[in-house]
Amino acid sequence: MDVLYFARVRERIGLPRERVETDAATVTDLVEELRAREECYAAAFADLSALRVAVDQELTDFDAPLAGAREVAFFPPMTGG
Amino acid sequence: MRIEVQEAPFDFAAEVARFEAGLAGMGAVVTFTGIVRDHAQGGLQVMEIEHYPGMTAQAIEKIAGEALARWDLGDVLVIHRYGLLTPGERIMMVATAAPHRADAFAAADFLMDYLKSRAPFWKKEITERGADWVAAKDADEAALDRWT
Repeated sequence: MDVLYFARVRERIGLPRERVETDAATVTDLVEELRAREECYAAAFADLSALRVAVDQELTDFDAPLAGAREVAFFPPMTGG
Repeated sequence: MRIEVQEAPFDFAAEVARFEAGLAGMGAVVTFTGIVRDHAQGGLQVMEIEHYPGMTAQAIEKIAGEALARWDLGDVLVIHRYGLLTPGERIMMVATAAPHRADAFAAADFLMDYLKSRAPFWKKEITERGADWVAAKDADEAALDRWT
């Protein structure tokens, strides 16, 4: 699936998007896999309460299932308006 | 409903005139404009607005759809910019039309609360001291409770 990062998360990880091969069942499982990769991922995902997630471009929760998902995006709380 | 997510500036007066021209039987139009504001201590050079291109327009459409379902509205317009903006520039606007003003005001208020915390935009402030992301405010999240 494609994993996208925005704003501070993008800066911490150093990439706007990447292709990830995963069998993660939920967003939390995917986060655990990413955290284990490198220090910058561990730092970006240190505090999930300060992160939001969208699966296939819909806001959702970290316990959301990933079966069939094509795109997962991680970002800080939004500051529109 | 018309939703525009764009980098270019927009002409507020022309947008309002166009919005009003498409209406029939509406007694009230409410508009809100968001403008890049300098810090109280000054020094804001540029505001950079990042967004999630695949998601932004559909997220705003969903919010506007909820407003249309909830209040008696004739039409909704949302324009939101991204990219580099300087103090005094318009960031975004909302317009609502309704037969009566109470619905137009309430829907505009609702749209602003949701655009603030549920549309995928992130603001970064660039000053002479450096660049930093604008933190979401607890008050903005709490404001959504008014509508649930």
